[in-house]
Amino acid sequence: MREVQKIKEELDRRARAAAGKKAAFGEDIDLAGFTGKPSSEAYPSGLSALSAEHAKLALSAGVDVSEKGRSGTFLQMDHNVIHARSNAEGLEVMSTTDALAKYDWLWDYYWKAVAVDADKYTAHAQLNPFHGYFIRALPGQKASFPLQACLFLKSNDLIQSVHNVIVAEEGSDLSIITGCATESFGGSGMHIGISEFFVKKNARVTFTMIHNWRENVVVRPRTGTVVEENGVFLSNYICLQPVRNIQMYPRATLAGKNSLARYNSILYAHPGSQLDVGSRVDLAARGSRAEIIARALSHDGRIIARGYLRGETAPIKAHLECRGLILGERGNIYAIPELEGCTEGVDMSHEAAVGKIAKEEIEYLMSRGMSSQEAQAAIVRGFLDISIMGLPEVLKRQIDRAIASCEKEAM
Amino acid sequence: MKEMLLEIKDLHVQIAGREVVSGINLSLRQGDRMVLLGQNGSGKTSLIMAIMGFPSYEVTEGDILFKGKSILGLAIDQRAKLGLGILFQRPPTVRGIKLRQMIEMTSGKKNFDLEKEAGRLAMTEFLGRDLNLGFSGGEMKRSELLQVIAQDPQVVLFDEPESGVDLENIALMGTIIDEFLKKKDRAALIITHTGYILDYVKADLGCVLADKRLHCVQEPRKIIGDIRKYGYDKCVKCRK
Repeated sequence: MREVQKIKEELDRRARAAAGKKAAFGEDIDLAGFTGKPSSEAYPSGLSALSAEHAKLALSAGVDVSEKGRSGTFLQMDHNVIHARSNAEGLEVMSTTDALAKYDWLWDYYWKAVAVDADKYTAHAQLNPFHGYFIRALPGQKASFPLQACLFLKSNDLIQSVHNVIVAEEGSDLSIITGCATESFGGSGMHIGISEFFVKKNARVTFTMIHNWRENVVVRPRTGTVVEENGVFLSNYICLQPVRNIQMYPRATLAGKNSLARYNSILYAHPGSQLDVGSRVDLAARGSRAEIIARALSHDGRIIARGYLRGETAPIKAHLECRGLILGERGNIYAIPELEGCTEGVDMSHEAAVGKIAKEEIEYLMSRGMSSQEAQAAIVRGFLDISIMGLPEVLKRQIDRAIASCEKEAM
Repeated sequence: MKEMLLEIKDLHVQIAGREVVSGINLSLRQGDRMVLLGQNGSGKTSLIMAIMGFPSYEVTEGDILFKGKSILGLAIDQRAKLGLGILFQRPPTVRGIKLRQMIEMTSGKKNFDLEKEAGRLAMTEFLGRDLNLGFSGGEMKRSELLQVIAQDPQVVLFDEPESGVDLENIALMGTIIDEFLKKKDRAALIITHTGYILDYVKADLGCVLADKRLHCVQEPRKIIGDIRKYGYDKCVKCRK
C-alpha cells in the first residue's frame, strides 16, 4: 500500500511541475477561467432516472440509455458517476476511481500511455481527478455488442476532467462507443479526457468516439495506446456538431510485432469552431501496420488536420490520407501530414487534398436528373462516408441523420 | 409520322469565347439513331454537351428543342428530367458515392431491377464501389450504360460508348444498347470513332462533323468505309 502512495505522490509532484505547461498544439486555455461548481440540483440516480432530454442528448452521441444492443454502460455527468455496469460476462465496467481501489496492478497502467506532465491539461486531470471509466475485457472474451460510455457536461463554467483506462487482455475483442454531450447552458465549459488503451497480444479494440459538444465548450482529450503482438486498435472519431475549440492528437505505439492501428476521423467545423485534430502512430515493431484516414469539412470553421507516422523498424507499412472540403468563404483547412522513416525498408506514404466540391462532379450528377442542391448534398454526404468505420447499424443510422442535418446547414 | 423529339436549329456553341460548333441543324424523331463521326477535336462532344446544357458550352445562336419546346433556358437536371440522357466518354470520379447509391438516387423507373440489370452488364461487384474510382475504361462505360438505363431517358446522347472497351464487351454493350433503344422507340445520337458498336446497334443515319458543321447525312457504314479509305479531309470535301 505504501508503494501506491509513493506512486501517487510522484505523479502529483510531476503534475504540479507541469501545471502551467502549455500544450504543444492548440490555443492555450486559461483553466482558472472556469470557476463553475457542479450543479446544486440532484443528479440522476441511475440510467432510468435520466430526463428525456438528457437521454436524447446521450443518444445523439451514440449512447442509448435503453442499453439495447449494448453489453454495458458507463455514464458520468459532470463529476458524478451515474451508472457503471457490464451486462456481459468477462467484461468489467467501473469508474477508474473504483478500479484503482480494487486493483493494485492498475497502477502499472495508470499514466503509462499518456505522460502526466505532458501539459497543463494532463496535470490538471491528475490534480483534480474526477473518475472516468475503467473498461476491461478478460482474456479471450468477445462481447457480441459494444459497450457504451457517456461523458456528460451539465453545469456551467465547469471543467470536467476524467481519466479512462481501457485494457483488452490477451485474445479479447472489445468494442466501445463513447459519446460526449453537453447540456445547453449559457456560459462555457471544458472537458479534459485522459484515455489510456492497452491492447494485449492477439486482442482487438474498436473504439468509436462521438463528440456532440456545443459552441461554448473547450475540449482537450489526451489519448495514448499501446498495442502488443498481433493486437489491433481501430479508432473512429466523429465530430459533426459545433464546438468552440478542440485540440487532440491521440498517439498509438505499435509495440508488438504484426500489430495494427487504424484511425478514421470525420470532422465538421461549423462557423466559429476550431478543430485541431490529428493522429499519430509509432510503428516500433516488425510487421506492424498503420493507417490514418481523415475527412475534414469546413463550413466557415477552422480545421487543422494533423497526421504523423513514424517507422522505427522494418518491415512496416503505413499510410496517411487526409481529404479536406471547404464550403463557405471563411472556411479554412490546414492539412499537415508527416512521415518519419528511421531505417531502411519502411514503406510509408501519404496523400492530402484540400479543395471545394468539383463543378464537374455536380454537373455529372445533375445530368442524371439531380438538382444542383441535391448533387452537392449527395457529394457532401459521400465525403463524410462512415461506412469504412464498421459501426453497428443503429449507430450508423444515428450518425447518418446527424450528417444529413449538417448537409442541410451547409447548403 | 413519329413524334419529333429533338431538334437542333442553326446551333452555335462557344467554349471560353471560342466557337466550336457553327450553325448545326439536326433532328431526331422517335426511333431515330444518328451516328456522329469526326476527327478528334472536331466538336462532337461539345455538341452533345451543349444539348445536355453544360454551362461551359455556351449556346450563342440557334435553338435546341425537345418535343417542340426550347430547352435553352433549362439547367442540366431539368433537361435530364424531360428525357435527355448522356453516356459520358470520360465521367469524373465521385468519391463517397457508390454506384448503387447513384442509381438509387437517379433511377427514373419505379420498378427498375438493379440487380438484374447490373448482372447483365457484369457490374454487380461494382455497385458497392465509389463512382468511377479505379474503374477501367470498359467498366466505366458499363457503369455509364447501367446509369442511363436506370434513368430511362427518351433521347440518349452516347459519347464514344466503345472507346476503351474490349471486343467482347463491345458486343455486350452494343446488344444491350440496341435492345434498350428499341424498347420505347427511343432516339439516339451516337459518337463513334471506330464504328465497332454499329455491328450491334443498328443505325440508319450518319454524318460527319468537320469545320464546326455537319456534312453529309447517309448510311453510317458507308461514311466510315470512305473515311477509312480516304481520310476525313477527303471525305468531307467529297460530301460537300
